[in-house]
Amino acid sequence: MSTQYETVVGLEVHVELHTNSKIFCGCSTAFGAPPNTHTCPICLGHPGVLPVLNRQALEYAMKASMALNCTVADVSKFDRKNYFYPDSPKAYQISQYDQPVGEHGWIDIEVNGETKRIGITRVHLEEDAGKLTHVDGGYASLVDFNRVGTPLIEIVSEPDIRTPEEAKAYLEKIRAIMQYCDVSDVKMEEGSMRCDANISLRPYGQEKFGTRAELKNMNSFRGVQRGLEYEQWRQADILNSGGEVVQETRRWDEAQGKTLSMRGKEEAHDYRYFPDPDLVRVVIDAEWKERIRASIPELPDARKARYIAEYELPSYDAEVLTSSMKMANFFEESLNYTKDAKAVSNWIMGDLLGYLNANSLEFGDIKLTAQGLGEMIGLLESNTINSKIAKTVFKSMLETGKLPKQIVEEQGLVQISDEGAIKAICEEIVAANPQSVADYKAGKEKAIGFLVGQVMKASKGKANPALANKLLVEVLSSL
Amino acid sequence: MAQFDLRLQDIHNGLKDKQFSVSELTEASFKRIADTDSAVQAFLTLNEEGARAQAAELDKQLQAGGERGLLFGLPAGIKDNIVTEGLRTTCASQFLRNYDPIYDATVVRKLKAAQSVAIGKLNMDEFAMGGSNENSSFFATRNPWNTEYVPGGSSGGSAASVAAGQVYFSLGSDTGGSIRQPASYCGIVGLKPTYGLVSRFGLVAFASSLDQIGPLTKNVEDSAYVLQAIAGYDQMDSTSANVEIPDYTSALTGDVKGLRIGVPKEYMGQGVDPKVKEAVLAALKVYESLGATWEEVSMPHTEYAVATYYLLASSEASSNLARFDGVRYGVRAENPENLIDLYRKSRSEGFGSEVKRRIMLGTYALSSGYYDAYYKKAQQVRTLIKRDFDQAFEKYDILIGPTAPTTAFRIGEQVGDPLTMYLNDILTIPVSLAGVPAVSIPCGLAEGMPVGLQIIGKAFDESTVLRAAHAFEQNTDHHKARPQL
Amino acid sequence: MSITTNDVQHVANLARLALTDEEKETFTGQLNAILKYAEKLNELNTDGVEPTSHVLPLANVMRADEVRQSLSIEAVLRNAPDEEDGQIKVPAVLE
Repeated sequence: MSTQYETVVGLEVHVELHTNSKIFCGCSTAFGAPPNTHTCPICLGHPGVLPVLNRQALEYAMKASMALNCTVADVSKFDRKNYFYPDSPKAYQISQYDQPVGEHGWIDIEVNGETKRIGITRVHLEEDAGKLTHVDGGYASLVDFNRVGTPLIEIVSEPDIRTPEEAKAYLEKIRAIMQYCDVSDVKMEEGSMRCDANISLRPYGQEKFGTRAELKNMNSFRGVQRGLEYEQWRQADILNSGGEVVQETRRWDEAQGKTLSMRGKEEAHDYRYFPDPDLVRVVIDAEWKERIRASIPELPDARKARYIAEYELPSYDAEVLTSSMKMANFFEESLNYTKDAKAVSNWIMGDLLGYLNANSLEFGDIKLTAQGLGEMIGLLESNTINSKIAKTVFKSMLETGKLPKQIVEEQGLVQISDEGAIKAICEEIVAANPQSVADYKAGKEKAIGFLVGQVMKASKGKANPALANKLLVEVLSSL
Repeated sequence: MAQFDLRLQDIHNGLKDKQFSVSELTEASFKRIADTDSAVQAFLTLNEEGARAQAAELDKQLQAGGERGLLFGLPAGIKDNIVTEGLRTTCASQFLRNYDPIYDATVVRKLKAAQSVAIGKLNMDEFAMGGSNENSSFFATRNPWNTEYVPGGSSGGSAASVAAGQVYFSLGSDTGGSIRQPASYCGIVGLKPTYGLVSRFGLVAFASSLDQIGPLTKNVEDSAYVLQAIAGYDQMDSTSANVEIPDYTSALTGDVKGLRIGVPKEYMGQGVDPKVKEAVLAALKVYESLGATWEEVSMPHTEYAVATYYLLASSEASSNLARFDGVRYGVRAENPENLIDLYRKSRSEGFGSEVKRRIMLGTYALSSGYYDAYYKKAQQVRTLIKRDFDQAFEKYDILIGPTAPTTAFRIGEQVGDPLTMYLNDILTIPVSLAGVPAVSIPCGLAEGMPVGLQIIGKAFDESTVLRAAHAFEQNTDHHKARPQL
Repeated sequence: MSITTNDVQHVANLARLALTDEEKETFTGQLNAILKYAEKLNELNTDGVEPTSHVLPLANVMRADEVRQSLSIEAVLRNAPDEEDGQIKVPAVLE
């Protein structure tokens, strides 16, 4: 990709709020019900129905706005966004136009060790649409209205994002904050978090933004990054060949790995926003705001700072650990069983995340407990087990959820630190490997490694490796 | 039908004393409809089976004895834009000609709780857009006083049915005069309550910030009783006011001594038929004789009300009627080429021309580049109109004027000239924009057709409006006049 | 401001109405008459006048986050012009 252009990205993130009931009626928001069984005259848009605002949805939106450092409005209201689509039963979406719940916020992201602040233009509350499934070879669609009326917040960023990596970091931070606030499940795969992007390129030093494309259908964090990377390349290619970028909506096609124009499907949008006469304004006084503010827990940035100060963790570790509240909680709980924060961090960031990623699992899906990890590190510290045994114990904990002591006992995994026993093994190994012994004597220091390995193997990994090394040298020098 | 000329209290006693049964009242209603509706054409749908079953059930309860509410067993008609579960609701539109509602409007639930008998659904201008009932997509309701004349609208069926003695009372809806103007044209009492007093849940929305349901009755006392049954906070309607509901009938004292009446001079100006003016002035004399005082007051923004109303109401309507898209219910055009074609064809086949005209006007007024010039401007003028009322009510208890500039006109006379038709509502629209209550009561005949007197009150002061209306009624016989059918 | 037949066509597209040529002509004339009449409002100075969206000064009308009974699938589909597998069927959006 050419480096003569600066990329400018703004993101619009939709987050489903996990209320029990819908935003304007009493139907359940539970995911996965048979089609249209969570509907009523109100969310189906039958003639004569009226909306009544779910207080919890508003309070979640306030909470999320505050967590994103937004100013929460003193007076907010709802507007109608008019457009026809089969998944929108009233042919208008109740949304917020000029008096959103939150405005003028920001979050900090960290990319390549550097912290950057991304502005948040606004956070507004609105209702979700239904789901369309295409049938009859694409000639017809079936509409399921269960999702209609699920409360959503739309978080609109300033065009402060400059790279696809930053976009991904921004999304991950938004997800973490929403998770910490406990306002949403924020699962991109299930659609409870969705992202559209505006992306444009401009020559470095130019103030004016280039013509932007709007990207849709990026259904994963990776998808967002890849979609933006592709679009960045596509636009640079056009500009380099003297062409002009067309302002349009483009769809990220994961399978083809490219963005495709949605032109033709669109026509000039004119949403004809106006204040919804069926809903009254919301007046949010200081006392109400304070009550919501008090319900916000320690957020990722504060926690990260605390980890660095309290546990002397490197910034990178603290960033990774706090990127998910469940992971951070797991980390802290483990420290009830060991004082070695860095060791806990290493195990989480290495073996545990590796295992989760490899198996597409999340914290909460696993049997391993924080107590188990903490105690295992304690066993390592006390030399009860060695790091090789630890790997075995860890694997077993992931599979069974048992505590390390039990695993060690059941499988006889205690480290052998008995000098006599190890020395006997060393003598056997030396006797059985004359060539290596000869090599060692001839000055090939490396040969000792092979011999230690043989000792460990013969002890089924249980020998204390440092002791094995020491005793082996003794045996060899006594020859 | 003689029983329907009885006072409500007398019907109540008659039922209690078993002089007649609920089934007899119900049959009388169907009989009267059978005899007169070929001429009046007030009903779109009759609830014969349901009403008879309900009447039989209520008669059983009567046998068991006990106290009953005052609306118990009364045959009622319901405007066809009020949703009735299991009873076809069309809004007089082809779009909903087969619509079978899956819930009851709050007012319908309240009438059921009060144990009135729903006789059927009443004709109207399609989606309540119109002032003559000629915009019904099924047929035009006729004025019982002269079937060559319109009954007014949009609650024309509701007014004509009560005037013709087909039902004891009816419910209508008023957005810019749709209860008061047909009540005036048909010589009955029509009350538009304060915006927010009666739940709109289940009223098919025309203009949400203006729509109100209200009663149409033969006298003021009945109006108070029906209002009592339907008024009150509803948690299903965010715009419903959480206010204490007074006992309206206790306000009907007959005493208007010292009542301060303002007569907006703009309501008596050019365009108002001299005979209508004469009837209103005669009514003011009656009030004078009862110890009330009146004087002229200026409501300077009156002349802007019609334009304001048509912009706001049409804009809201363009959005409210967008749900009629042929997807989930109502008409779906045959063999659409694609989805957009389905929308366009279904809506074009389903809607009549007045509805299309208002959707077009409203869509235009809200569209990009015009919002400030039309919609926002109209909302600002609405504020000025409301201030006229606020100021007038600092000095006066009620305002009085004609309900409509003229009496009912001939069918077909104003078709094709929407603007002239819109100006018929010039005296009712300002009241709707201000959201205050008003009643139209009969105050005489002009060339054989009824004239309506409009009494306007402060927000949530229906009691004073009804008291003034009732006092007039007690001292005049206009409400006793009946059309000959 | 005066609106043309093209404007009428544009508005009809937004409102998803198919108008015949005759309707377009009629509506152009009628809408112009109504809008001309509406220009009357420009006689009034409304600088600084708050727009009225609601006549009642209501605020903060909300409900508790409680799940209520949804409809039976029979009621959901009772008025459906076309359905399949418990869902409403429509022609697909143009691809």
